[in-house]
Amino acid sequence: MPFNVLVAVSLLYVGLLFGVAFVAERRARGGSAVWLRTPLVYTLSLSIYCTAWTFYGAVGYAARSGLEFLTIYLGPTLVFVGWWWILRKLVRIGRAQRVTSIADLISSRYGKSNFLGVVVTVMAVLAATPYIALQLQSVTLSFGVFASDTPEGWALPDQGATALWVAAGLALFTILFGTRNLDANERHHGIVMAIAVEAVVKLIALLAVGIFVVWGVAGGVADILARIGASPIADWPLKPGRWAGLTFVSAAAILTLPRMFQVMVVENADERHVATASWAFPLYLMLMSLFVVPIAVVGLGIMPLGSNPDLFVLTIPLSQGAGKLALLAFLGGFSSATSMVIVAAIALSTMVSNHIVTPLWLALRVGSARAPGDVRGLVLMSRRLSIGAVLALGYTYYHLSGGSAALAAIGLISFVGVAQVLPAMVGGIYWRGATHIGAALGLITGFSIWLYCLFLPSFGEGGLISARVMADGLFGIYWLRPHALFGITGLDPLLHALLWSMLLNTAAFLIGSLASFPGPMERLQGVAFVNIFDQTSGPGGWARSAAEAEDLLSMSQRILGPEEAQRFFQAQAAAQGKLGYLPDPTPDFIARLERQLAGSVGAATAHAMISQLSGGATVSVQDLIAVAGEAQQIKEYSAQLEAKSEELARTARALREANDKLTGLSVQKDAFLSQISHELRTPMTSIRAFSEILMETDLPDEMRSKYAGIIHDETRRLTRLLDDLLDLSVLENRKVQLTIGVANLHDIITKAVTSASNTRPERVFVVQRDASAEHMPVFTDTDRLLQVFINLVSNARKYCDAERAVLRIEVKKRGGFVEVDFIDNGAGIPKTSQALIFEKFARLTDTSHAGGAGLGLAICREIMANLGGSIDYIPGQGGAAFRVRLPLKRSG
Amino acid sequence: MHGKHVVLIEDEPNIAEAIRFILARVGARVTHLATGADAVAVLAAEPPDVLVLDLMLPDRSGLDILADLRAEPALAALPVLMLTARGQSRDREAAERAGANAFLAKPFANSDLLSAVRALTMGGA
Amino acid sequence: MPHTQPLFLARRSYRRRRMMDAVRLLPGFGAVLIMLPLLWRTAETPEPDTAEGLVYLFAVWVLLIAAAFALSRGLAPALLVPEEPVSPEAGEPGENSGEAG
Repeated sequence: MPFNVLVAVSLLYVGLLFGVAFVAERRARGGSAVWLRTPLVYTLSLSIYCTAWTFYGAVGYAARSGLEFLTIYLGPTLVFVGWWWILRKLVRIGRAQRVTSIADLISSRYGKSNFLGVVVTVMAVLAATPYIALQLQSVTLSFGVFASDTPEGWALPDQGATALWVAAGLALFTILFGTRNLDANERHHGIVMAIAVEAVVKLIALLAVGIFVVWGVAGGVADILARIGASPIADWPLKPGRWAGLTFVSAAAILTLPRMFQVMVVENADERHVATASWAFPLYLMLMSLFVVPIAVVGLGIMPLGSNPDLFVLTIPLSQGAGKLALLAFLGGFSSATSMVIVAAIALSTMVSNHIVTPLWLALRVGSARAPGDVRGLVLMSRRLSIGAVLALGYTYYHLSGGSAALAAIGLISFVGVAQVLPAMVGGIYWRGATHIGAALGLITGFSIWLYCLFLPSFGEGGLISARVMADGLFGIYWLRPHALFGITGLDPLLHALLWSMLLNTAAFLIGSLASFPGPMERLQGVAFVNIFDQTSGPGGWARSAAEAEDLLSMSQRILGPEEAQRFFQAQAAAQGKLGYLPDPTPDFIARLERQLAGSVGAATAHAMISQLSGGATVSVQDLIAVAGEAQQIKEYSAQLEAKSEELARTARALREANDKLTGLSVQKDAFLSQISHELRTPMTSIRAFSEILMETDLPDEMRSKYAGIIHDETRRLTRLLDDLLDLSVLENRKVQLTIGVANLHDIITKAVTSASNTRPERVFVVQRDASAEHMPVFTDTDRLLQVFINLVSNARKYCDAERAVLRIEVKKRGGFVEVDFIDNGAGIPKTSQALIFEKFARLTDTSHAGGAGLGLAICREIMANLGGSIDYIPGQGGAAFRVRLPLKRSG
Repeated sequence: MHGKHVVLIEDEPNIAEAIRFILARVGARVTHLATGADAVAVLAAEPPDVLVLDLMLPDRSGLDILADLRAEPALAALPVLMLTARGQSRDREAAERAGANAFLAKPFANSDLLSAVRALTMGGA
Repeated sequence: MPHTQPLFLARRSYRRRRMMDAVRLLPGFGAVLIMLPLLWRTAETPEPDTAEGLVYLFAVWVLLIAAAFALSRGLAPALLVPEEPVSPEAGEPGENSGEAG
């Protein structure tokens, strides 16, 4: 098989995956995500459990240790057929709490403690790095097999270079499809679809090799069983400790591996998919294992002595001249390796970014969550960098370790590492008494023992732990020998480390939990996790909040992006029966918002950000706890009461608001008459006084013409006022004749900016525009639209009080509407006045220097209503901000 | 009227211009303030013979300024002519309660303004 | 007639409860079967054991998959929105979609 063909096929395959991911993303955004998220796709995505370790390594494992390799797949099988216990609960919790990763789950359960998030993240990265290195190694090795086998004898350029190219390619793919959306709950459709395709490829490849070996090389099932009986692994070397221990550790690992948690919980679209996966995933695992022993036995029989059993899947077909089959096997191994690395990189980067980078950034800018700054951009960037960093770590490990160790050993070391999260996880979802002190003690204990007894010694004699420490123990203390802790000898190192780490981890977790007292947040979260199936809505934790809806909106915009945040706030406001963008900051709303934000930046960070804005809210949680006391019934009863009284209070508030508005309006109506009187009498006063002066006196010519000029100006002012009043009355009665035409929005805005420039012309005033977004046809009464735009631009010129006034005009299409935002950098409009600005004569500063009579925005509102659109004030934009919405199509 | 000092507090520049012309023509010295911000300080520094005060000013109401004046011993007896563009009886009552000596609704005849100011300078003299 | 309908419903929800019990017991049952080889005197007998062990373990595996398959079909509807009281009527549409999936 020429090297070029191999490379071409690999590239073609990668191109196909890109295509699949791209199409899936496109379909998902087009709204047809249903077929993307079937139980089948969910089950196939779980297949990232079967990495290159399974694909190549299982055969090697079987060749070395007989049937022991099966434990790695039987453990997960038990977890899946027992889905009702743990998986169902994890998925429900993951959805209810919008959990983004395994670190986030632990952090969120134990009172949104970021410390625990950091611990789990560090553990996960350390445990996954060798595993990623292993995948790079397997791809490189499989390239190498083809290299050494070809008669042409092409030389593989450089193994390091191959691994580097693979790592870089995977980083690119993961960044492209993995960091498209910030919200973890907007799932990675493209990646999941690509993984599902890879899952099929690797299954077919392994089955094909198996069938080839059983029916092609050997003579069928009976012959294979006979060959097994005659092979070196004929007598099953079962070691009871390892058999039970490995079954346990693989069952634990499938729950705690960050990448498994990602596909199992975070990417889960429907809880019922778990029910399907409960039998379909064990079936997949069984099919993957079915031909492992036959391949191993046949390989041991026909391959030359000393050939690497880890590569039998490739070398057997090659040695039999089945080049195409070998190529398929190569693609299967390639799929196994790449899909694992992609998902692991996404899961780890989410953890690193949410628990380390973002909190650090927030801590460095204490108290400035309100200051402008793009958190969303920061989070996306930190995720991208983390993906790069994770892959760079894997590559570095591969490079340093030289890729020598047997594949299976690295995988198992990794498994024991991540299994340390199990006590904190299972304890957290089943035991309300579990505390973050216990969890931290358990995690750190287990993790340290794993590091000392298994991970560090794995670098070999004289690697990271000196031979002297290995032989005599740490500090020469005999019972601290890494492979014989507390004097227990005679266990194999893996089992030894597993036993001690899990025992001491669990013990530290239990004792720490029993001896410590959980904080209020922790107890609330504990109830929410343990009793997830009893609750319709989890206890939010925000009893009474000082957070201002406007501040929350401006913060959320920076995390979710303005459109997403505004949509969320508008929906929440509508749910409360309010118009506009600002819902009441009820506990329920804030809890929802916190969960929404948690989906982007993790629970601990979201909680920290909200507490920063709603200062003192944590205290109210304590109040709530104190009042509710220990008894669950009292607590539930009071929660019900609270919900009811909250409901009443909200209704009362809504009524009061409506009443205030009515009263405000009637005061305004009253003021309207005296205002109109004032507006009419003021110009008339000048006119009368000067006309009398002109009549009576003998004046110099220049004064005469000056006074005549004043009369003329004041008459025009009067006319304008009357015009506005008439205009308004016509518009209000919907009797206006619209002249619908088509025009370029860009031209209308340009005209408006030019026309408005004679308002306060002396002022330095910058208008920021995006011409490319503005070019679009609008079907409307262009003169009327122009009138609205002129009004908004002149208002900004008049009232924007910034030293260097800047007006930003943004145009975007949403739904069937075009939205034109006018946002200045002034002080904005105080919240109390926002409801009134569109009323007649609602001039905020009571000054006649402003020129108009306070009818401008009232007219704008009526015009937009007549044009089938709307005009709104959008709060929280850092200045006065108006949004004009106009239908894209003519309403007819 | 010759040599009499009149202070005028009025935010509309054109109206102020007209009043200044009408009073200056009969020999009065007119000081014009466009806002009520430092009115009390200016008036206390040099108490005029008459104050002409607009009721609706951008920064503060003429009634408030009047109340401040009456609280100041040196200005408690200062004759004040109140101008209003709203012309409702409510405004007139409010002005009288606040201690205005005369009241004129806009628009006014120039002769009315002149005689009102003149009456106040007589009364005050 | 009015009596038969509630009786029928009660039986259905009773069946569902027992299915939940069964799915909870299944991993324990599986664990016992998988750990059973620990009791075998392998490698001490003269006959080779690997082939037999292989067949046994795959048989256990198939059994577990089949049991999980049967139970998941019966239980998927119970996973529907928790706010609704678990009643057979509420479970009906879920059952259909579960079968489709």
